[in-house]
Amino acid sequence: MKLPLSWVSEFIELPKTISVADIAAGFVKVGFEVESIDNPAEKIKGPLLVGKVLNIEELTGHKKPIRYVGLDCGEAKTRFVICGATNFVVGDLVVVALPGAILPGNFAISARETYGKTSNGMICSSKELGLGDDHSGIIVLDGKAKIGSPALKVLGADDPIIDIAVNPDRGYAMSVRGAARELAMALGLSFKDISSRALITSLEKKKKRGKITPVQISDKTGADQIYLRSLSNVDPLRPTPQWMARRLSQAGMRPISIAVDITNYVMLELGQPLHAFDSAKISGTLRVARAGKFTELITLDKVKRKLAKDNLLITDDKKVLALAGTMGGLDSEVSEFTVGITLEAAHFDPMSIARNSRSHILSSEASRRFERGVDPSLAELASARAALLLIEYAGAIYNGSSVKKTPLKKRSITISASEISSLIGTIYSDKEIEKSLKAIGASLRKSGKKWVVTPPSWRPDLNDLPDLAEEVARFFGYDRIPSQLPPVKLASNANSGLTPMQKRRRSMSLKLANRGLVEVHNYPFVSQSQMDLFGFTGDRAKTFKIANPMSDEYPYLRTHLTPGLLAAAARNISRGEKSVALFESGAIFRNIETLKPAGSVSVSKRPTESQIKQIYQSVPKQPLHLAGVIAGEMTNSGWWGKGRVVEWSDAVDLVRELIEDSGNDYSIEAVDLAPWHPGRCAEFRVDGKAVAHAGQIHPRVTSALALPDATVAFALIVDALKFPDNFKASPISVMPAAIQDISLFVDQKVPAEKVEAALKEGAGELLESIALFDRYQKEGEAQVSLAFSLVFRASNRTLTSDEVSELRSKAGAMASKKCGAQIRT
Amino acid sequence: MSLDNAGIEQIKADALSAIKASQSLDELREVRIAHVGDRSPIARANQGLAEIEIEKRAAMGKLIGTARANINQAFDDKEKELTALRDSRALSNERVDVTLASNRNPRGALHPLTLLTNEISDLFVGMGYTVQEGPELEASWLNFDALNIAEDHPARTMQDTFFIEPLSSGLVMRTHTSPVQIRTMLENKPPIYVICPGRTYRADELDATHTPVFNQVEGLVVDKGITMAHLKGTLDHFASKIFGPGVTTRIRPSFFPFTEPSAEVDFFYNGRWVEWGGCGMVNRKVLQAAGIDTDIYTGFAFGMGLERTLMVKYGITDMHDIVEGDVRFSRQFGSGGR
Repeated sequence: MKLPLSWVSEFIELPKTISVADIAAGFVKVGFEVESIDNPAEKIKGPLLVGKVLNIEELTGHKKPIRYVGLDCGEAKTRFVICGATNFVVGDLVVVALPGAILPGNFAISARETYGKTSNGMICSSKELGLGDDHSGIIVLDGKAKIGSPALKVLGADDPIIDIAVNPDRGYAMSVRGAARELAMALGLSFKDISSRALITSLEKKKKRGKITPVQISDKTGADQIYLRSLSNVDPLRPTPQWMARRLSQAGMRPISIAVDITNYVMLELGQPLHAFDSAKISGTLRVARAGKFTELITLDKVKRKLAKDNLLITDDKKVLALAGTMGGLDSEVSEFTVGITLEAAHFDPMSIARNSRSHILSSEASRRFERGVDPSLAELASARAALLLIEYAGAIYNGSSVKKTPLKKRSITISASEISSLIGTIYSDKEIEKSLKAIGASLRKSGKKWVVTPPSWRPDLNDLPDLAEEVARFFGYDRIPSQLPPVKLASNANSGLTPMQKRRRSMSLKLANRGLVEVHNYPFVSQSQMDLFGFTGDRAKTFKIANPMSDEYPYLRTHLTPGLLAAAARNISRGEKSVALFESGAIFRNIETLKPAGSVSVSKRPTESQIKQIYQSVPKQPLHLAGVIAGEMTNSGWWGKGRVVEWSDAVDLVRELIEDSGNDYSIEAVDLAPWHPGRCAEFRVDGKAVAHAGQIHPRVTSALALPDATVAFALIVDALKFPDNFKASPISVMPAAIQDISLFVDQKVPAEKVEAALKEGAGELLESIALFDRYQKEGEAQVSLAFSLVFRASNRTLTSDEVSELRSKAGAMASKKCGAQIRT
Repeated sequence: MSLDNAGIEQIKADALSAIKASQSLDELREVRIAHVGDRSPIARANQGLAEIEIEKRAAMGKLIGTARANINQAFDDKEKELTALRDSRALSNERVDVTLASNRNPRGALHPLTLLTNEISDLFVGMGYTVQEGPELEASWLNFDALNIAEDHPARTMQDTFFIEPLSSGLVMRTHTSPVQIRTMLENKPPIYVICPGRTYRADELDATHTPVFNQVEGLVVDKGITMAHLKGTLDHFASKIFGPGVTTRIRPSFFPFTEPSAEVDFFYNGRWVEWGGCGMVNRKVLQAAGIDTDIYTGFAFGMGLERTLMVKYGITDMHDIVEGDVRFSRQFGSGGR
């Protein structure tokens, strides 16, 4: 809401000494953010006077008309200036910038020799003064301006304009009157309201004659009151008074014609949107009604709109006249031929107007006000004010009014000073409660220790204690609220501290960071082509689609972290990194459950347990994944030589470490799973369920993304890992270890893990650890040679060599039995 | 050679001077053979003892023994000295340039948003709060309805919120972490002291200061006797711990459907007020929708953007740096935070 201060000061007496910054701070204090301050005094400096044209000498022989003009600027001598405009005659009043003046854009005016004359200043256009775009001619002022007086003041252009943001609960402040009331409260000044009664009476005193447009509210849910003021004898071509046009421009509205400008002016001043219909275009009764059978309307902006059945309209007996509270129809608009005007001012249902506006993606000055709630007592006053202005400035004659209204409901809220004080956390006295609530326009009645408060009609947002508490706190300033920490009762918060899952996520992330991987936070949006490239099938191909994505290319939610990670790796490489290692932890989204929408659930009280269950079950599970990618070198190259190129086992080992740390036992199987290399992907299983995959990325994927061939990745379902219960540490034996090596041949199809497991089983309890230290396969042979080192140790004695060699034999025997291994001797 | 006192002294003096003159262990070995070996003057003097008169023999023997002990001691000292010298020369030859690059291991890093989330979580956990998380793809009842955001509120339009197909699913990408507050209140009885950090979504184009996917941290306290002063105190504490001692906040009136009274919170940093987030006393309608008795309990809530907090704290000027996953950005913060 743009507020010219001269307009605001019609409602408050601003002290001479107050600065624009103080006024802005006042607005902020009571809850209005200041979007901008436009202070012309900071852009235009120096003498700018009203001058009267005394004589004009046309200078000929130039490419364009040039005038040498004599001016009376209230000075002792006639002032002469050169001027290129021709839209003025002798006797006109114009704006003269004297030498020394600085106009917007740092344009300094000085006396200068030109066209063989001395020009002692400049006659200004609107554009030169930064007041508009009109550069077709210079400004010609109304005849009333005083010669030699400061021209900016005459123009109303010395006026600072403060633009405030109005929150949705403060619709009343979308008017000069409402904003001024807030400012008066913020600055502790008195508010000079206009007298509604006097104004309405003065209209009613006018002689009434001529036709009155009848009115009906056909849909009571759409409006609870409507005032029509019928006027005739209108001259629609009368110019809008300069002061009014100026204020409309300052407030950001374009002056259009006298009738429209008056409705807009009253809306800006009081906050009530009004509409002026050409009475001749109304057949029969003007009505507030739902669209129903009406299907179409061409609005003032010349757009043909298809009407929704529940759109709220203004109609007559035959046709649609307007989209109520939003925009008028083109056909019933006031035109240059209009003689009779029907002024409409109504109190529409905010929700209905919000729907009108949304369904047509049409936000107007009127709809923005109605959505936020317009003072229901305002229609009578505002329509009277507009009618009086039409009579004064457009030659109109008052025919009379028609009204439909239902009585306003009285609201009252019972509060006490102590209740307000204990919500805000500082003490407010009864006197303070009374003073502050009166300042916002409420009326109060004492009832014992309590106050019965009737909020003003323009504050539909005030309905209970906290609403009034905010008003009291706002009146005295939020800076009065002390700063205290709440009394957290640690003992009552038995679950305080991070959850085991939160701790795990942190420790896993930190481990990867310490292993040289850089964490990224990717957007979870993926494209169909990404999913195709990655070869996702099954659960990983079932995703959710965003109805209104940022980019039509990426409408899906990720089902796996690898697409985002590989894209980020590719981005880093394209920016010059030779190798890159990244990880991400985050939710993934798979559309694999049967989800049932919860339907409509009331918010007036706690939902039932079954409703809560339904709401929770309408939301898919979004498991936490942790994934990483390493492309290129695992260790850096440098003066010491080449770095080690990453291989599939690096990814596998990271997952081994993560799962081992979590305290879970796992097994590994080779699987063929996209986007991994079909022969180089390990699946980790805990209790038979896949919890992670790791290995080398499929060459098709790396080449499509311009990643190195050596690119590995892993993905772990963090949620799928249990938390070990009742973990106990084992004692450490200090008896000597006995080491036995065993070499064996197995078929190449037998996984090493199976051989290792068989050896472990055969070796029994005394085996402390086992490690594969050599693997060898002759070219073209189906047999692989594996060599393991077995470490045996007892807790209480030194093992004999006979004992350990027998254990070695037992281990070998088990490997032979389970894996068909041949022991090499 | 005569076997007298002066002779022995001469032998000893010769030996000591030869030892002293030795420059290396090899040279010292030669000197040792020459001066204490089987054929050395002192050995021969000892052999000559048998030939002198018996009454002089004991005194002479003692003299020779002492001289020999002196010579041996000198040898040992010299040998130690020369060994140390040889060792230190050898180490000196093994000297390297320790300033040579040694970065074999690529440097990892946590994302600064993670670091900030951890820092904030630790701060509030230390104050007795718990950290609550919830789904990013959320039921609109939890994201809007329960928070007193009416059906036709602008936030519920396609311009602001990502909706999931089909629209009848009632699913949205959560626009704030407030649904976690609702879940917390549905699942727990007061007293409630929680913060809710996490990813949130709004249909804004990515530019220097906006991103459609961003992070928030919200706080919720519901207990007996909670006041707006407690909110103010918590915000002051929070700001001073994150931005430095002495950084204070101001609150100014505002409007949110889920709080009443509502406020915007700014903090004073580097000489100016910086907008931080929104806050207020939890709207009674919100407490009621979660089944909390508003005659007994009051609460406050606050919420701020983590990206914005990060940008102000570390002087980051472009949102792209935070979202693009460039390793050069995150590495600046160290693997576990500074």
